[in-house]
Amino acid sequence: MSNEMVTIKNVTFEYTSAEDDKIAALRDINLTIQKGEFVVILGHNGSGKSTLAKLINALLLPTKGEVFVNGLSTLDEDKIWNIRQRAGMVFQNPDNQIVATIVEEDVAFGPENQGINPLEIRNRVDEALKIVGMSEYRKHAPHLLSGGQKQRIAIAGVLAMKPDCIILDEPTAMLDPLGRKEVMSTIKKLNKHENKTIIHITHYMNEATEADRIIVMSDGKISLEGTPREVFSQVDKVLSLGLDVPQVTELAFTLKKEGVDVPSDILTIEELVMSL
Amino acid sequence: MFRNITIGQYYPAETVIHKLDPRIKIIITFTFIISLFFINSFYPYIFVLAFLLTAIKLSTVPISYILRGLKPIMIIIIITFLINLFMTKGEVVYSLGPLDITKEGLIHAGFMAVRLVFLIIGTSLLTLTTSPISLTDGIEKLLNPFKKIGIPAHELAMMMTIALRFIPTLLEETDKIMKAQMARGADFESGNIINRAKSLVPLLVPLFVSAFRRADELAMAMEARCYRGGENRTRMKQLKLQTRDFIVMVITGLLLGIIIYFRISEH
Repeated sequence: MSNEMVTIKNVTFEYTSAEDDKIAALRDINLTIQKGEFVVILGHNGSGKSTLAKLINALLLPTKGEVFVNGLSTLDEDKIWNIRQRAGMVFQNPDNQIVATIVEEDVAFGPENQGINPLEIRNRVDEALKIVGMSEYRKHAPHLLSGGQKQRIAIAGVLAMKPDCIILDEPTAMLDPLGRKEVMSTIKKLNKHENKTIIHITHYMNEATEADRIIVMSDGKISLEGTPREVFSQVDKVLSLGLDVPQVTELAFTLKKEGVDVPSDILTIEELVMSL
Repeated sequence: MFRNITIGQYYPAETVIHKLDPRIKIIITFTFIISLFFINSFYPYIFVLAFLLTAIKLSTVPISYILRGLKPIMIIIIITFLINLFMTKGEVVYSLGPLDITKEGLIHAGFMAVRLVFLIIGTSLLTLTTSPISLTDGIEKLLNPFKKIGIPAHELAMMMTIALRFIPTLLEETDKIMKAQMARGADFESGNIINRAKSLVPLLVPLFVSAFRRADELAMAMEARCYRGGENRTRMKQLKLQTRDFIVMVITGLLLGIIIYFRISEH
């Protein structure tokens, strides 16, 4: 088996607007994501990043081109459930993706749909809740949990389906800073310890600094791609795409402009302190 | 204002009654209701009362809690009592103008009132001791055999679950929208009934819009988690009958037997 988790080949996605115009959300995208990789997709609103996520999960099908998940094409209708099991998806609004009235019942929802036997589901639910650190809340009602906790439950719900790849569509956008931290450390843990391929969509720059690769989308195209260091060192270009760079990087950039001798690829406060 | 809302009237506790299989509890409640309608003399009520009191005692639900459930139905009980009191023909014991109270009427009215009270206590004991989720599970399992004749058991249960799941979420949202509208000068509390109904429009419109959006997103999230209806679906929690379920079934069977015996032996 090849090492490619997701392959996107010449994909264009068009939708029809209310005025019957065809609008391209994605234009001729080519992208390969390797197994075990931690990829962050950045881009401002309407850049096509959510559409890209839904294409990988076969919730949307490409107008042109093809998307492969672990070698399976999303155009093949018989493989759709297989693809959705392999590439699990976490959405933005934690309230609108929790189905059941008890935490553990919700985590069990995915495997129940797959027709897995009850004992095995029990094991998977316990394991998934342990990984996201929510075991003690398993009997709670979801509406009484905080946003960060709800989002971790949603992640556990995906984990219980034993996916190879997890796509997170702005999971931190509706959370407070504390909740964001909880979710980010869970995501990192999944990548490092559980060996899951992570595709994380966000518009928080500091969530991107720890990725293996950053993909910047704008206007339905990939406009920048590379390691966080490579991407954020092009401060001018990132800013011109309507995005920010991490504060420290911007500070280093401004310092350099003023003639201070610092490298342009600073990502953390420690690095800047060291080089000064 | 909506923070402390409880869904249904579940009284959480860890008693034998609470732990009974929901399917058995639903069946027992139905048997109990049916048996009430077999009764046509006062003696069998003693057994029914004993049965109910034992169940209440075992469930540890406070009596006051149960009696509170009777309040909204009180008016129906009183009307039934009065109609039976005045409309039954027989030996007149007291006259109130054109209305006669008869001996038979008195007996019949009391009889009907007791039946209604027992009926309500019995059914509310079911909802007091069974969480909405296990109630849903029980209903789904009981309806399963009827799938063949087109009753969508799984879909009904799923709808109930989602409704239960979103009641608190939507209440919270209503509260939020109300406060937002009040901050802009909306008035929900004064005026006559028509004005008040009108003032609900700016509350209901955003609420509906958001409910539809939520439904859309939830459907997508469910599909992403491989949901495709009840076909080939398994459940993590299996309902299994325990010894206690059989014991309770036998006791209820006995109660029904006694009531039917009384009914037959009277003729």
